[in-house]
Amino acid sequence: MIENFFNIEVMARVLPSIISGLWVTLALSVLIILTGMILGLVLATVRAMQYRAVNFFIVLFVDAFRAIPPLVILIVVFFALPYVEVQLSGFVSAWLSLSLVLAAFCEEIFWASILSVDRGQWEAARSTGFTFLGTLQFVVLPQSMRLALPPLTNRAIAIGKSTALASVIAVPEILNQASSAQAQAANPSPLTLAAIAYLVIFIPLVVLSRWVESRFAWRH
Amino acid sequence: MEQLIDSFLNPEVMRTSVPYLVRGFWMTVRLCALVIPLGILSGLVLAILHNLGHRWLNVILIVYVDLFRAFPPLVLLIFVYYGLPSMGIDLSPLSAVVLAFMLNTSSYYGEILRAGIESIPTGQWEAACSTGLTRFQTMVHVVLPQAVRTVLPDLVSNTLEVVKLTSLASVVALPELLRMARVAQGITFNPTPLILAAVLYFLMLWPFVRLLSRMERRMLVSAA
Repeated sequence: MIENFFNIEVMARVLPSIISGLWVTLALSVLIILTGMILGLVLATVRAMQYRAVNFFIVLFVDAFRAIPPLVILIVVFFALPYVEVQLSGFVSAWLSLSLVLAAFCEEIFWASILSVDRGQWEAARSTGFTFLGTLQFVVLPQSMRLALPPLTNRAIAIGKSTALASVIAVPEILNQASSAQAQAANPSPLTLAAIAYLVIFIPLVVLSRWVESRFAWRH
Repeated sequence: MEQLIDSFLNPEVMRTSVPYLVRGFWMTVRLCALVIPLGILSGLVLAILHNLGHRWLNVILIVYVDLFRAFPPLVLLIFVYYGLPSMGIDLSPLSAVVLAFMLNTSSYYGEILRAGIESIPTGQWEAACSTGLTRFQTMVHVVLPQAVRTVLPDLVSNTLEVVKLTSLASVVALPELLRMARVAQGITFNPTPLILAAVLYFLMLWPFVRLLSRMERRMLVSAA
């Protein structure tokens, strides 16, 4: 068991490639979280303006990207788009598809939290001379963020973990590095190392999400 | 436009790939029928064990739950599928997938059900026990029915995630929907099957997504 899963010699050999994979995973996660959250907030803001035709497309987008598995989206972007001469690298494909997935979830969270603020607050703010965006920025969002924070944290962590899917399209992140090292060494120790690398990144975040959940929970 | 239709919605390719997609679809359904009940049951066991309130047991449970929530499910799957055989444990793709997904989903279901059980005030326990119900009876007849209702949106949401999760099984060559779409794409040299698979997933899960956003909104509005 130790020889198979904790082979020190193999581990020492593959450590540099796992570490380079770790940086790719981190970079990809940060890019996706930034892009997805900003896009989600923009979509929720546009939706709050209540243009019927525009909202139809936003809801369609959100529903589609919540219903279709991220791996399916990733594979469509990477393997199907080249047929219409849109060739994206693995990294860009993963960034694009997972950002869209996160944006869909974030739009829904932001929108629900915006709705949770009483209509009277909108009216009061508008009547004191706030613009629409001013009301949203200074009155509504500060209150609704409290509700939105726990689900946003959970979504961000989930999307960070789903960067492992990018290994399927040969993005050299942790899992991809570990799988090829495992095949080369004919020994699963690189996978153990990869598992440890994921724990190092995500255990603190899972613990953080527990804290956020209890800190921002609404007491009935 | 013509090129778009020819590549993504090619009628001839559609006809060829339908049998593959149908086979894949049933495999996906079978996988869900295995993983979802197993995940809910083992999650329930975790939540009930947590409720016993043994300090050391709870430490172990929290470590278990956090551990499997921190691992990306694909990492878990690859680990089980490629790692265990070198220990002499040979698993079929189906059992490797079911085992890996069960470890992953049970910790999520466990966490949700635990929160649900904890949301029921102690007064209910005391009242039920004082009428002569045992602890177990109280859990089954009084606490769980209310707890499940409280966390129903989270349960639905997690179940949706589990269905989407089954697409990962394609990575270890289990012939579910995504895998069969890839196979059909390889045979026809055309990505239409991939688009069809995406549409199929959308049609299958869309009603649940609608239901869920309605439930979530109602919950948030009542919380504020």
